[in-house]
Amino acid sequence: MSTIRCDIVSAEEEIFHGSAQMIVATGEMGELGIAPRHAPLITRLKPGQVRVILENGEEQFFYVSGGILEVQPQVVTVLADTAIRAKDLDEAAANKAKEAAERALANRTDALEIAQAQAELAQALAQLQALERLRKALKH
Amino acid sequence: MAGGREIKTKIKSVQNTRKVTRALEMVSASKIRKAQDLMKASRPYARLMRQVIGHIAKANTEYQHPFMVARPEIKRVGYIVVSTDRGLCGGLNSNLFRRMIPEIRELSDRGVEIDVVAIGSKANAFFKRFKVNLVGSATHLGEKPQLNALIGVIKVMLDAYTEGRIDQLKLVYNDFVNTMTQKPTVDTLLPLPPSNGLSTTHEWDYIYEPGPEVVLDHVLTRYIESLVYQATLENLASEHAARMVAMKAASDNASKAIETLSLIYNKARQAAITQEISEIVGGAAAV
Repeated sequence: MSTIRCDIVSAEEEIFHGSAQMIVATGEMGELGIAPRHAPLITRLKPGQVRVILENGEEQFFYVSGGILEVQPQVVTVLADTAIRAKDLDEAAANKAKEAAERALANRTDALEIAQAQAELAQALAQLQALERLRKALKH
Repeated sequence: MAGGREIKTKIKSVQNTRKVTRALEMVSASKIRKAQDLMKASRPYARLMRQVIGHIAKANTEYQHPFMVARPEIKRVGYIVVSTDRGLCGGLNSNLFRRMIPEIRELSDRGVEIDVVAIGSKANAFFKRFKVNLVGSATHLGEKPQLNALIGVIKVMLDAYTEGRIDQLKLVYNDFVNTMTQKPTVDTLLPLPPSNGLSTTHEWDYIYEPGPEVVLDHVLTRYIESLVYQATLENLASEHAARMVAMKAASDNASKAIETLSLIYNKARQAAITQEISEIVGGAAAV
């Protein structure tokens, strides 16, 4: 029986890797069943299940919250999104990043305590270096 | 016994400093491993993504995505700068900024404007004092950066590129070579470097669902995101490595300083004793 190689990965980890009889996923235009020697295809995935039918007929399920499915003659690649994504959410994230920058510009006393502690430690290190130099000078 | 107390106090304080630097060193040593694991885990995605992009570049696409087209004139350049959130990691951040500054200076001399997105508080702090436009920032990503935290800043830049506000996008980060070496790196993200057109003879194309514009846009956005994410992880591993090395040097210096101070202290004590004895002997002789 012919099989096709299947890789499912997300940006944060590798999820599945192996050969399969068939891969079933929810594409943007509808349910897709990919059998070996499918024509090259690339599509976006809708949030939902990816079902992989293994060589021995066993089935494995993976949940993806979106992503990309690419079909090549020998290999099917699923690039899954880990995050739940929507246009509005992305927009909100972009705005948040901009705000963070503005806040940083406006507010210069951010995390003052940590900075202070760090400054003290840095000072101690500088003292150490000075002592080190002193030690060398003493030797000569 | 001149200064005996003071030297004692100094020794105590150096010992305390050494405790702190030792602890930081050990914490970083254990965190490097975790950061490297994260780097490894995210590699397959980047690799497969590159494959898909390679296929797309080879395929006979009837549609040219703006991300793939180089612009004739560059009026404004965007930088995504990945730095650390915390200090005490040697010259890691300053080396990175130093790598960038000549480039920025050269561009602004030519009248090109600079937009910067900062990842990490150090870049944030640095660029708000610098004469560039800070258009976005993401800080406090923690030990296990999530892609979620980066989506916003990346979108700021990608939107700017699509709308033509910037004509080039670059990524600046520390490449983790090994524990001893971290290399400040500047990569061009957009426009995508042209793939070597060896196999343009391919006479095939994908079936795109729903259409090439939408799918390509999606794929390329994810690709850029994965590159930035990867860079963030590289930078995290670099941060821990650099901190470990810096703290090891500091601990060693502290040990040496303690040694020297102890020697000085002992000498001072001995001198005091000798003096006392000679005083007593002198006094006895005088009687």
